[in-house]
Amino acid sequence: MNVGKFREKVRDREFVITCEAGPPKGTDIDEMLEELDEIGYLVDAFNVTDQQSSVMRLGSLAVAHLIEDLGHETVYQLTCRDRNRIALQSDLLSAEVLGLENVLALTGDYTNLGDHGDAMPVFDLDSPQLLEVIGQLNSGVDMNGNELKGATDLFPGASVNPGADPLEPQILKTKMKVEKGAEFFQTQAVYDSEVLKRYMEGLRDEGIDVPVLVGILPLKSAGMARFMNKNIAGVSVPDNVIELLEDSSNVVEASLDVCARVIKETRDFCEGVHLMPMGWEEYVPELAEKSGIA
Amino acid sequence: MIYSEQKPWEEITSYLEEDEKVFVLGCGGCAAASGSGGEEQVAELSSKLEEEGWAVTGSRVIALLCNKSLDGIKLARDTGQLEEADSVLVACCGIGIQAVGKVVDKQVHPANDTISMGDFHGIWPSEETCERCGECLLEYTGGLCPLTVCIKGLLNGACGGSHEGECEVESGRPCGWELIYERLEDIGRLDLLATYNEPKARKKYEYEPDMERRNSLHWAIEAEEGDERG
Repeated sequence: MNVGKFREKVRDREFVITCEAGPPKGTDIDEMLEELDEIGYLVDAFNVTDQQSSVMRLGSLAVAHLIEDLGHETVYQLTCRDRNRIALQSDLLSAEVLGLENVLALTGDYTNLGDHGDAMPVFDLDSPQLLEVIGQLNSGVDMNGNELKGATDLFPGASVNPGADPLEPQILKTKMKVEKGAEFFQTQAVYDSEVLKRYMEGLRDEGIDVPVLVGILPLKSAGMARFMNKNIAGVSVPDNVIELLEDSSNVVEASLDVCARVIKETRDFCEGVHLMPMGWEEYVPELAEKSGIA
Repeated sequence: MIYSEQKPWEEITSYLEEDEKVFVLGCGGCAAASGSGGEEQVAELSSKLEEEGWAVTGSRVIALLCNKSLDGIKLARDTGQLEEADSVLVACCGIGIQAVGKVVDKQVHPANDTISMGDFHGIWPSEETCERCGECLLEYTGGLCPLTVCIKGLLNGACGGSHEGECEVESGRPCGWELIYERLEDIGRLDLLATYNEPKARKKYEYEPDMERRNSLHWAIEAEEGDERG
């Protein structure tokens, strides 16, 4: 059991490892929980996604709670896509009473990217505003100043895209999120440590000193790498990585090597790793071994 | 018909703090009919500004500022006065303010909040749109409305989903916040990007609540009981 440790470690600027956990589309949860439980000893927290890519799934609140029941800490993701300010605040109160501590405040993908393209996009609040609301609930009032019968004690984080171009607005937005209470950041997938380095230097120039967890998403093929370059915001897989995957007789090994290199190269200026195995949970121990974070 | 009303005077003057010379522009269409941007209001705005120390380089009321292509032609005669000004104060609906922002190479300040569509929808021949939120933010966003130019209507910067300048939602649609960024860069006001915009009140989106009815709600009873308990 390491419940409650994530906040402490982040605040002490210790190296932390989070691992994404995507709830299933449906109610069969046993397989997912078993898989996560097996690698739980390696991670500080499981980061539970909120209907990722706007696909309707089992909720992050319930799944985070179930993972905590197994004795693993979680980061509960909450997006502004599907809930207005009343529902967002209510879910944050619910998270508190279910024993969740760490919350990742996100804008969310647009509704028509998922499997319910006709759904009404809400976006009543945006991510900096949601962070401010978390601070207000923590101080014992709702966002309109009405007193709460019992405050929350949530630990807020946020996401960044270090590969954004132009980078300057992304850095200013990071700064705004820090001012609104974000205490840690997880990044979009990084394959080129120089990209993250430039972003971190940008933060430093703005006087921002906040723990950043580098996003690590193993590439399953050269095709996936090309797809991500073409379609995923701020992700750039260098040509030499694509060639490596193409030429390798063992794609898993090659892919994990790429990830391990990024982790090693960013270790000096990052406070942790945010793993997104996306079905490759079984290779997490090997990746941890290769990158020296086990 | 698009109803707009003048913003509080303190809010308008706060926008002008860094400017010394201002050009004042009104609209002879809906804003004139709303009593918020016609000849009378433009004259009043101009004289109040001068009383409080600003130099008004010129003023004009143009019929239907929402028509961007005509704005360019109609403002041509004021080129000298516009060039002399640090910025342009526009007393019009959100569409007209955005249209002016695109034809004038200066910062535009909104003098009005746009409230509703009134009796029937106006017709505007270009891409600027306004959600009549009643809390115009064009001051902080280079004259581009974040509620409509960003598909998510985000008030505090891009979501991070854009790819090579395109919105995550569809190819060919530019990221609204990147347009705002470029515009602020063009007018030398990137500092405005650090402005935190509070959640929208949305009061003017909807009908004003009937307080009698609200008082009959469960919440009111709870609040009342709470007060009694002390």
